[in-house]
Amino acid sequence: MADAQVYVEDVEPGEEIPEIVERCTPRQLVMWAAASGDFYEIHYDVEYARSIGLPGLVVHGALKNAFLGHLLYRWVAPAGRIVRYGCSYRGLDYPGNDLRCRGKVTGISARDGEDLVDLDIWIEDPSGEVTTPGTATVSLPSRRGARR
Amino acid sequence: MTGLVTPELEALVGTAWPPVVHEVDRTGIRMWARAVGIDDPIFHDEAAAREAGYERLPAPPGFMGVPRRMPGDDEPGPPIRGLHPDLTRSLNGGTEYEYRSAVMAGDELVASTTISDVKERSGSVGPMLLITRETTYRRGDDIVAILRATVINY
Repeated sequence: MADAQVYVEDVEPGEEIPEIVERCTPRQLVMWAAASGDFYEIHYDVEYARSIGLPGLVVHGALKNAFLGHLLYRWVAPAGRIVRYGCSYRGLDYPGNDLRCRGKVTGISARDGEDLVDLDIWIEDPSGEVTTPGTATVSLPSRRGARR
Repeated sequence: MTGLVTPELEALVGTAWPPVVHEVDRTGIRMWARAVGIDDPIFHDEAAAREAGYERLPAPPGFMGVPRRMPGDDEPGPPIRGLHPDLTRSLNGGTEYEYRSAVMAGDELVASTTISDVKERSGSVGPMLLITRETTYRRGDDIVAILRATVINY
């Protein structure tokens, strides 16, 4: 990414990382279905989605997870790495909505020679409701050079 | 509670499914990156990947390749829908990845899946069955990544 490398010394608990905003189109959901192999009809067949009580097409949970993975990747690249990340799908999201993908540093520690940063990560819908809360741990390089 | 977790479902906990090979190929990496909207050239262009220190295209976060299936094969891994006769609909409950090393184009990862938990809850959609599976991806003897995924039947 164009932004400069983030080092562990640069971050503090409570700090937010640069957010990304994703607005899915039905076309993107079909591209995701092909890329991920998830062909559940609620993601591209609006009649089917409505027939089982949904208001319309629904954004794949795993695509939201991938957005959060991208959010983390952009922040740690190129020298950092994602150690773990995960999220729960508490609320549905719909194509056409702006989905804000955000993260906040919750802790910094060192383990096995790596500088680790814990984060809360989440996606919120246009009403500000957190539909997709999660947590992550990433490894960041150090300005001391004692890394990885 | 509503007794959704039948003895049959309870017995699924700890059950391992036959391993499945996941092929991590360049086209799959590019398709995934494009679908997510990842435009960093290292996921698309091998020259850019090499310049960034990768021997091959790296996989974007969450991409574990495409399961190798032959015509007539069952869906790989445990069933994720229709686990209870009264629950015909399903939603994704959650996804967590833990990485031990990077996934790269050319990898053939062996994915082994076990159902790790079955429980029931009551939510906004009514009674729900939550089935969590854990998939370990190996390159040779090395664990590359672990996926924990929960599916909701309701």
